[in-house]
Order: sequence, then structure tokens, then C-alpha cells
Amino acid sequence: MSIDIQGVRKQYGTFVALDDIDVTIRTGQLTALLGPSGGGKSTLLRIIAGLEEADAGRVVIDGVDATALPPQKRNVGFVFQHYAAFKHMTVAKNVAFGLEIRHRPKEEIRDRVKELLSLVHLEQFGHRLPSQLSGGQRQRMALARALAVEPRVLLLDEPFGALDSNVRKELRTWLRRLHDEVHVTTVLVTHDQEEALEVADEIVVINDGRIEQIGGPDELYDAPANPFVMEFLGPVTQFRGEFVRPHDIDMFASRASEAFAGRVVATQRVGFEVRVRVVLPSSDAPTVTTTNTSVSVTRAHFEDLGVGVGDEVWLRVARGAARVQSEAVAVGS
Amino acid sequence: MRHLARWIAIVYLALLVVWPVSLVFWHTFGDGLAPVFATFADPLVLHAFRLTAVATAWSVVLNVLFGVTISILLVRHEFPGKRILNVLVDIPLSVSPVVVGLALVLVYSQDTGIFGKPLAALGVHVLFATPAIVLATTFVALPLVIREIVPVLHEVGTDQEQAARSLGASGPQTFWRITIPAIRWGLLYGVVLSLARSIGEFGAVKVVSGNVIGRTQTATLVVEQFYYEFDKERAFAIASALALVAIAAIVAVGVLRSRAAIKEANS
Repeated sequence: MSIDIQGVRKQYGTFVALDDIDVTIRTGQLTALLGPSGGGKSTLLRIIAGLEEADAGRVVIDGVDATALPPQKRNVGFVFQHYAAFKHMTVAKNVAFGLEIRHRPKEEIRDRVKELLSLVHLEQFGHRLPSQLSGGQRQRMALARALAVEPRVLLLDEPFGALDSNVRKELRTWLRRLHDEVHVTTVLVTHDQEEALEVADEIVVINDGRIEQIGGPDELYDAPANPFVMEFLGPVTQFRGEFVRPHDIDMFASRASEAFAGRVVATQRVGFEVRVRVVLPSSDAPTVTTTNTSVSVTRAHFEDLGVGVGDEVWLRVARGAARVQSEAVAVGS
Repeated sequence: MRHLARWIAIVYLALLVVWPVSLVFWHTFGDGLAPVFATFADPLVLHAFRLTAVATAWSVVLNVLFGVTISILLVRHEFPGKRILNVLVDIPLSVSPVVVGLALVLVYSQDTGIFGKPLAALGVHVLFATPAIVLATTFVALPLVIREIVPVLHEVGTDQEQAARSLGASGPQTFWRITIPAIRWGLLYGVVLSLARSIGEFGAVKVVSGNVIGRTQTATLVVEQFYYEFDKERAFAIASALALVAIAAIVAVGVLRSRAAIKEANS
């Protein structure tokens, strides 16, 4: 039940939404399409579902060329950002929709709906209307509805994007557990790197209609292919001509081996962490210009160091840290 | 200030609408119920009402069928000439019904009409017969269904339809199970408004029907005839009946709207 996307291209007027995309989504895995809004990830998902037509290229689902198939023949489950609940039907009827379309026997439908509602923890809500549910409940209903037809692939388009951040985190964890139970090949579109890192087996980073990198969450985080991926997956700072994560810089109050001296110009406490801005002499022109480096340390460690604004500190990149050469050494950023 | 505005509105409506309409009822029932019953026992009057009913039924059915189709076309599809179509749909609202009548005469005249001549050769007579009355009535009520459905279709969006498609529903299944239920309130308002408009149509029908007593006279035309014959009792009786139906339709719309509003508020 893998999905093969071969040379897919999509253009709206002069805007290229997808530029010759090749990617294979593996069976039984949860793959995240991650990228900024307008980068083309939703378009790709809708092309897989058949809700949008590619200008060129092929979509092969489970070995069958689905490029020309209408959405109702592809057997994919699609979950929309804004739930797309059938407002005039009860929750149970919503979930039963796909089965009723397929003219399954009444008893089978009843049993299956019951089973699915308990899977998404909505057993008590079968007789309600979608308008009587919270956002999180509606999205769980939409998921049960999509799963009811036993789709070959489950496609989720920013499924938690319209929810509060607490509910979003809760549902994200729940989705991962559900996927471990159900094992349906799943593609999740998101612009939230935390969501992708937490939930996905594999992440496809898409930007400007092109794929920037494909890999597991750790692989992407530890070995980003380029500054874009590195920046998109988490905070970055520049240190001596390289992009590094602020928490991957060791900071010392006194001289240390392989460490470079700088001066603290600002500190900011955010919850458990302290962000320290350090000015270093620029690496290529030490006497003329300076560069700013952000360092993130825990509050406890910062207090141990006992440094403040104006003090001298020594910095070096931690061992095993992800680092990417900055293309042009930006000055004074 | 708000009180003043309210009183102005009330007085304005009272003078312009409530008082004259209630006078119609007053005149109708002023001499008791006997003349009213006598009026509706008249076969000519009954025939006129039957003709109005036939024309209204056709008008509502045709306008629902084409109204839903055109609305979906206007909202869900992009095509060249869409803006022109959008403007054309409103023409029946802005053009005087008399003009509509004359236009139909030009098209369906048996001697010179583009459609009228060949149809007459086939033995089909449109003008001065029921088909022309149906056409005129349908024409004037055409925008009402469309103008009710279009905003609802816009608001509902395509998410539900796409979800249905991805769940295996075909085009027609999606239409009947998702689109129609989603627009049902708008459709119902449209039907009620078309009904009221069709029952009351006068100008266009007068031109195309020929106003032949006992044959092509609708209820509104009979009111006029009785009025000019100084048979005010019967004129008012029929006018009251027409007004009652229209008021019932408007009350129905009001009730449905507030019900739908309550439903919306709950969602």
C-alpha cells in the first residue's frame, strides 16, 4: 500500500505549486509532509486524494496507477483541517456514510460504527449532531469516518491546525497511538515541525514546490541537508560561519579548550531556558566586524555560570551537534 | 432618536401596507360570508384559480430545477460568460412584467414569432393559452430560488462535498445526500417566495394570456375584470383569498428563517 509519486507537477497560472516531485511513501508508516504555508504540501496531498489534478506525472497507489481515477475510486480516507463534518447528520450517520454508500448490510454498519466510535472515544456521542461537539471531538469523528471505509491510505490535511494548542498536543499523541494500533499508511500535512518530529516515522520537507529533504525525524534534526531544513526544524544561530542550534553551544565562564571568547550583550529568560546573546569577533575579519550568536542554556546552568551582560564568555559547539555551513557568511546578523 | 425612527417606520408601513390591505379584508367580509361563498361557487372563478394553481406549480417546479442547476454552475464552476449569466439571472427582477409579456409575444406569435411560427405549424399554440401563462409566470419568478441558494452554497463551501467524494460517493450521490440537505433551508425560502410571486403575477400574464374569460383568465385577471365591472364584492373576495395565500407564505418564511437562525446559533 505504498504511494509512488512520480514527476508530479502542478501550476496555478504562473505560480508553480509543485515542481517535478518524486517521492515514495512507505506502507504502514506515518509520513509527514512538512513545510511552510504555500509550499505545496497540501496540493500534493490533494493530488494523492484525487481532489486536485496534477498537470504532469503519475500517482501510483498500491501498485495501481491512480492518476486518472476520480476520488471515490481511490479508496483513500481524507481528513480536512476544518473537519468537513456533514452538519445535517448525527455523528453515527457521519461515520456510517462511506459504508452506506457501499450498501453494506445494516447490522455490519451498526457494529462497525460502534467499534469506530469507541476507537476515537466518542461512544457516548453517536446520536449528537456535529455542531454539539468540540473541535477536537469533531476531528476525531472525521477520522473515524475516514477509517470506516478501510482506506488503503489515510490522508490528513493539517488535521489539528484549527484546534487550541493544548488539544492539538493531546490529539497528536493520540494519533500516534492510534496509528500504532491501526497501521494504515498515513500521510500528514503540517507546518508545525514539533508535530512532525513527534508523530512521524518519516518526514518529507517541502518548500517552494520542491522537496528539500526526506528522512526520519532524528536524521532530519541531526543532519539537515541545508540551512532551510535546519531552520525549519528548530531554532538556529550562526557561530563562526556555520548554522548551529542555540542549545548545541557550550558556554563557559572561563577559558576552555577549542572555545572562542565573546561578550554577553543581552539575556532573556523564557520559562526553563535562558537565551544569551553573545558578540564574537567575526571569524574571517576578526578585527573589523563582529557577529551575534544566540546561546540557549537552562536556567540552573546559567546561574551556575554566574555571568551577566558585559561579561566575557567562551563558546564552542557541542560534540555531535548538527551544523550546516552558511552559504554566504552573513555579517552582523 | 431610536424611538422616533421606530415610530416613523411603523406609521409608514401602517399607511402604505397594513391599512389598505386590511381594508380589502374589511370590504370582503363587511356583508357577511354569504357573498364570499357565492363568489367561490362561480365556475368561472374556480377555473381562474385552477389556472393560477397550474401556472404556479409549473413555475415553482421549473424554477427549482433550473434554479438549483444554475446556482451550482454559478458558485462551483468557472467558465467564460459566468458574469454575464449572473447579470442575466437578475433581469426578471428589474424588468417590468409588461415588457416580459411583450417579449414573449414577439417570440411566440403565431404569425411572426421565431418559435411561434414553427410551433403553430406543428399545432402547438403557446400564446393566449396555458403554455404562455406558465412561461410568463416562470420568467418573473426565476431569480428568487437562485438568489436564495447562491449565498448558502458559498457559505457551505466544498469541504463536505469533497469529503463525500473521498468516502466513495459518486457525483449524484454527493448531490442528493450532501449538497441538497446543506442548502435545504435556502431552497425552501426560494420555493415559498416563488410561490407567492407566481400566484400574484399580473402584468406579464395579462399580455400573453389574451385574458379570455373562462379560458385564459387567472385569479388576478378575474379580480381586475370584476373590479371594472363594478362587481366590487367579488373582486374583493378573490383579492382577499390571494392576499391570504401570500401572507401565509410570508409568515411561513418568517417562521422558517427564525427556526434556521436558532439552529445556526446552536451550531
